[in-house]
Amino acid sequence: MAITARGLRKSYGDHVVLDGIDLDIAEGTIFSLLGPNGAGKTTAVKILTTLIKADGGQLTVGGHDLAREPDAVRAMIGVTGQFSAVETLLNGEENLLLMADLWHLERRHGRRRAAELLERLDLVEAAKKPVITYSGGMRRRLDLAMTLVGSPRVIFLDEPTTGLDPRSRRGMWQLIRDLVADGVTIFLTTQYLEEADHLADRIAVLDHGRLVAEGTAEELKRRVPGGSIALRFADVAAMDAAARVLGQVTRHDDDLSLHVPSDGAVATLRSVLNQLDSASVAVENLSLHTPDLDDVFLALTGNMERKASA
Amino acid sequence: MSTRSYAVTDSITMLRRDLKKILRYPTSVIFIVGFPLLFLLLFVYVFGGALGTSVANLGNGSTSYVDYIVPGLVVMTAATGSLGTSSSVNVDMTEGIIARFRTMAIFRPSILIARVVSSMMQTLTSMALIFGVALLMGFRPTAGIGEWIMAIGLLALATFALTWLGVAFGVAAKTLDAASNAPFPLIILPFVGSGIVPTESMPNGVRQFAEYQPFTPIIETLRGLLMGTPIGHNAVIAIAWCVGLSIVGFLWARKNFNRDRTQ
Repeated sequence: MAITARGLRKSYGDHVVLDGIDLDIAEGTIFSLLGPNGAGKTTAVKILTTLIKADGGQLTVGGHDLAREPDAVRAMIGVTGQFSAVETLLNGEENLLLMADLWHLERRHGRRRAAELLERLDLVEAAKKPVITYSGGMRRRLDLAMTLVGSPRVIFLDEPTTGLDPRSRRGMWQLIRDLVADGVTIFLTTQYLEEADHLADRIAVLDHGRLVAEGTAEELKRRVPGGSIALRFADVAAMDAAARVLGQVTRHDDDLSLHVPSDGAVATLRSVLNQLDSASVAVENLSLHTPDLDDVFLALTGNMERKASA
Repeated sequence: MSTRSYAVTDSITMLRRDLKKILRYPTSVIFIVGFPLLFLLLFVYVFGGALGTSVANLGNGSTSYVDYIVPGLVVMTAATGSLGTSSSVNVDMTEGIIARFRTMAIFRPSILIARVVSSMMQTLTSMALIFGVALLMGFRPTAGIGEWIMAIGLLALATFALTWLGVAFGVAAKTLDAASNAPFPLIILPFVGSGIVPTESMPNGVRQFAEYQPFTPIIETLRGLLMGTPIGHNAVIAIAWCVGLSIVGFLWARKNFNRDRTQ
């Protein structure tokens, strides 16, 4: 296991940020910690990367106990935090060479590694320019390059694509996937379900300091009851007629549509259409809705909120 | 595994980082030199005519006001240096880069060690500049080689103490504003001491304060070394202040340094 946690707890005063978290993250996988703002994701990353101390729990990273051997852990990890950790007054190459020196790489090796990463992260042209002139996406890439200089075995990415435009985000995803191909373990936090769905082997949903669900994207989606067929009608009369024929539906009067529960099977769809046909009800538009992580997320975190306020 | 074996390597790496930044963006040096330089010009050329004749009775034959004021303004440079250190440390602490350093297997104190060394280099260079301008303005110290070496040693010690205080302010301050305001009284202290006028000319109360605050013995010792005025107990008191302030600054900086500051 690359990362394990048993009963990880952390609070600031009365405010409980992490309330007994268990993690088992296998080597060479991408694990995504998913949660809304303020769920405790960044705190979890800060603890696992030795920035702050946990109040309780057994934690290991790369087989080393966090409390007893923090320096051994530090020698194995790389961190790209939510806020850029680059030296804005130096240029891109100098930033990488600084990292190479701090990883105690041999001088020639450090230069080669820096050149390689500039190439890989598409920063060759910007290498000699001060970072202060970089765009957000470039800074993020440099930040990741700095994290990679020492070839860490476990990489923590705290919301690596927050604030990036869609194209830069895709680019970042590809980079992250390539990293895992090298056998590196990645601990990724995100508030984007799409990102977790795209990248992660396993996802854990964090809400109010607790893991409310854990599994593969597929497993999580299965936890949400069924999808639906959305039917839109030209007028209220047609919608009423359809509702009478179909029986069990959810009405959305605002956009003249009905949602019929569905398991996504063709037979179900055909039967719905046949019923409408025989009743001569015209459907203007049809769409199929399969459960995605958004549903999972809303279902899981919404429940927690209700429980908390109850 | 211990990071202690990297103490020297990491400190040199960090020092290179600091110096590169200072050389590329020397705005802090301009501030550190600018403040005392402004006072030097102001006091010698504007107020000097009126102040000079009544003040510059140094007891060594010199009647030139510039000879009186230079030691005070050079010591003030240690204070402006401290302020510069405080702000740049604060900027450093709140930026992500220090958080990155903390997650790496490096010798952590190297960050502060490098900062103190680079700040001292910056401040001592600034002092040399002040001396240079003062010489052009007619400053004529009577010190020989031995006195100069002791004077430089004293200035290095005072700079060391005030730099550690600056680091401590910078690490402790929650905002950049606080970091650049907190050491400000240090710049004023040479005025309420023997920096600009002799303490004997001040009313009671102010005078006691002026005589017992740390800058006066440092300035008096420096003046003694450079101009040959009597030093008396001032040297011992000056050294005691410097050592004391260094320890306070060091312990205070260390206490706050390990807190996580990125939010």
